Amino acid sequence: MWNMKQLEYGALARRANQIKDELRQGVRRPYKEVIDVFQGDLHRAGMKPLTFVRQILAACVYPPLINSNNLPLDVRQRAQEELGRCVGGSVGSYSAVAGIPEIVHSISEFIKRRDGGIPSHPENIYISPGSQWSISNILNVLVNREASPRTGVLIPVPCHHKTVLSITQLGAVTVPYYLSEEQGWALQVEELQRALESAKGVCNPVALYVINPGNPAGYVQSQKSVQEVIRFAWEKRLFLLADELYQDCVYGENCEFVSYKRTLSEMGPPFSGTVELASFHSVSKGFLGECGLRAGYVELVNLDPAVMKHIHTLFSKDSCAPVLGQIALDLMTDPPKPGDPSYPLYKQEIEHIRAVLVHNVKRVHEVINSLPGFSCPPIEGGLFVFPRLNLTPKAIQKAKELGLQPDTFYCTRLLEEGGVFTGPGWEYGQKEGTYHIRFCIAAPQDVMEELLRCLSSFHMTFMKDFS
Amino acid sequence: MSQQAVNGVAHRGRVLTLDSMNPNVKRVEYAVRGPIVQRAVQIEKELKEGVKKPFTEVIKANIGDAHAMGQKPITFFRQVLALCSYPALLEDSKFPEDAKKRAQRILEACGGHSIGAYSTSQGIECIRQDVARYIEKRDGGIPSNPDNIYLSTGASDAIVTILKLLVCGEGRDRTGVMISIPQYPLYSAALADLGAVQINYYLDEDNCWSLNITELRRALNAAREHCNPRVLCIINPGNPTGQVQSRQCIEDVIQFAKEEHLFLMADEVYQDNVYAEGCQFHSFKKVLFEMGPEYSNTVEMASFHSTSKCYMGECGFRGGYVEVINLDPEVKAQLIKLVSVRLCPPVPGQALLDLVVNPPQPDEPSYATFMKERTAVLSALAEKARLTEQIFNTVPGITCNPVQGAMYTFPRITLPQKAIDKAKELGLVPDMFYCMRLLEEDGICLVPGSGFGQREGTYHFRMTILPPTDKLKVVLQKIREFHLRFTQEFS
Repeated sequence: MWNMKQLEYGALARRANQIKDELRQGVRRPYKEVIDVFQGDLHRAGMKPLTFVRQILAACVYPPLINSNNLPLDVRQRAQEELGRCVGGSVGSYSAVAGIPEIVHSISEFIKRRDGGIPSHPENIYISPGSQWSISNILNVLVNREASPRTGVLIPVPCHHKTVLSITQLGAVTVPYYLSEEQGWALQVEELQRALESAKGVCNPVALYVINPGNPAGYVQSQKSVQEVIRFAWEKRLFLLADELYQDCVYGENCEFVSYKRTLSEMGPPFSGTVELASFHSVSKGFLGECGLRAGYVELVNLDPAVMKHIHTLFSKDSCAPVLGQIALDLMTDPPKPGDPSYPLYKQEIEHIRAVLVHNVKRVHEVINSLPGFSCPPIEGGLFVFPRLNLTPKAIQKAKELGLQPDTFYCTRLLEEGGVFTGPGWEYGQKEGTYHIRFCIAAPQDVMEELLRCLSSFHMTFMKDFS
Repeated sequence: MSQQAVNGVAHRGRVLTLDSMNPNVKRVEYAVRGPIVQRAVQIEKELKEGVKKPFTEVIKANIGDAHAMGQKPITFFRQVLALCSYPALLEDSKFPEDAKKRAQRILEACGGHSIGAYSTSQGIECIRQDVARYIEKRDGGIPSNPDNIYLSTGASDAIVTILKLLVCGEGRDRTGVMISIPQYPLYSAALADLGAVQINYYLDEDNCWSLNITELRRALNAAREHCNPRVLCIINPGNPTGQVQSRQCIEDVIQFAKEEHLFLMADEVYQDNVYAEGCQFHSFKKVLFEMGPEYSNTVEMASFHSTSKCYMGECGFRGGYVEVINLDPEVKAQLIKLVSVRLCPPVPGQALLDLVVNPPQPDEPSYATFMKERTAVLSALAEKARLTEQIFNTVPGITCNPVQGAMYTFPRITLPQKAIDKAKELGLVPDMFYCMRLLEEDGICLVPGSGFGQREGTYHFRMTILPPTDKLKVVLQKIREFHLRFTQEFS
């Protein structure tokens, strides 16, 4: 499914960059700038980094700032603390393989707090340059390239592209399970069962990859749903890979993020002591949005100690994650508290981001569902919307003529004419004969309004042109 | 409720076991952070807890980490990076104008003017352009195309990526990769992980670790029996050996690569670390092009550099790049896909790289301080290189080749037969036994030569020359005393 259009992959991004260059050079277009919501990149879309985080990073990078009265006291103290944990007192030295030990400990405390007191062991945590890095490493251990039949990994449809690439590049096979669009992209165990059946004679499925909250589909699994998946993984002997990058992005009423780790533990034996679980998180999403710093972590539960030794060696040859990213992880998992000088501003900034996201998901849902041939369920969580396009046969025909997937055709036109850079649904996977687009909903409100204005205007024209 | 009783399902074994896991991963080793380092960390913990030992600190001379050993960062670089991290500082008069200009330029090239935004997978375009200009300047004007430059998460990341592109085939057709012995164990680790065939070619210890084409040929011909040799890796200046290849040698290697149709991987991360008189860094790219179009139009090559070594020593930023030459366009398309999986290299590392290739110029305010700091670091390293060679060669049983470049010494140690036997008894490789003893008795952490590869029956260790000069003198003295003691004990 994903190998087919290798030529198209990246073409849209290249064109977006070209248009951005042209606009910079003063070329006239129907819009002044490209609204780039292709990736889950808060800063690119115009959201601001957290002041606290950036002040501390600056002081760690250039320690004379620690003596500067221009920075709040708690910032200076925290920077001093962070530097004290770095070998030689510099962010330029390598850290231990799994990460700076105090930061790894901080992450384990964060996990414990988040999960209602369920302990998290620092020796089961590895910090890496972004979550995809540790997903790749864990997949690498799981995938036996020489095995026959080939190793299989169950993945959701739709699914963001990177993990799929990792799986196929390791020589493993993806086994797609379809999320139910009619049920707000819910994960249904019967569908997991069907997917597993379909793998018989094709590959040997060893792992189940879940994304909660979802990407690109914005669902948030209920605790019951998480339990069902864990039970399924236990019954069918599957290694659970839980991508939980968007755990801070939950908007839906009656929606709550419950971690796989917590649920597994609360389910008790036989599940809690046997299901092998890798949970992933990162500084790229949530309120920090620090994609460019490249830092994430994996927590490994119930793994064979002998295998853990090899996992350690595998991470060790990568040296370590960037130290600035590690510090950002520490700030994410151990933020300012009430009473700290930086707390009021920190709280204000977090609440502002949250308010923007809550507002945006409402507006996006409203606008999209008001347009003919465009629909999407309520966005419960995550940073994207994945609306469905009901393209007319005429539009589909035109796309075919141009040698493009129908949703790529739509996205291309939307970029050229509307100045909005979005991703075509086929890149994420979708049921045959359905079309979608994906875009990030984390943008300042005025940018989002402009986006929705351009999108609506373009969409109406497009639907008219191909009616 | 017993496990067997639940749903009548039998005892559920683990999915991921030593038997079911990727067999290649089991073969991966990385001595630089291996068992001896783990023991060193344990000892550090014990010292913290107040356990009495014959020393008060563990000196970690195992890893090429300059800042860990007290080397100071370059002020200008850190000023610009601070400005990039917290742009409000652009209003702060304490930062020099040239630093502010650099920061503004970098931020303008970032999404949303933030180093927190993803960059393209290949790396920020204006930084790649700056890298290309740096390469052109370094190589006497030979053109460099920014499209052939891929920024990476340290040089290691790029090395592994290029190897991934090159390794293919099954059985007798499996790709063979030539690597020097001794080598930097990232290569052996990556080759094990990829299931590639490692082809060892021995550097000549008796001739200052030089590279002989006859030895390359021998290794290649032997390898052709059981694999498909496609790649030749060379580390220059060398790690762990510190040799700096002569220009003639580089020409010979390029000639060899052309004749034998091999892809050249030139690891040049220590290119500014050249100390010995009469030695000079010659980039593979420069020599290739100076050999004329017959070579420069055909030999496929990848050259690697990093921000972790040289005079900046910024390992924690994970900055680096690879320049590819004569790569097939379809292969380049695959390369783009490969690097896209991990999204992009760390943006602070990209920014740092930009400063390394675009440092203060003579007419800029920060120039004087920059040059002072850079010169101080490099001359200190040169002095320590000389000192290390000198002192080690006074120890009976230790012979040390000149440390011409890089950051390490790889002396040969003569071990008494009784020591070798004792090591065997304990199930340890002899130089691991030696290094473990040194660690336990003196708190000095080195890496045994077996972690890098060495000729059968010879033993070595790798030590960094990074501790501050005074401390280094003490370390050298302690190793000297240890070696004499050890030799005495097992005589």
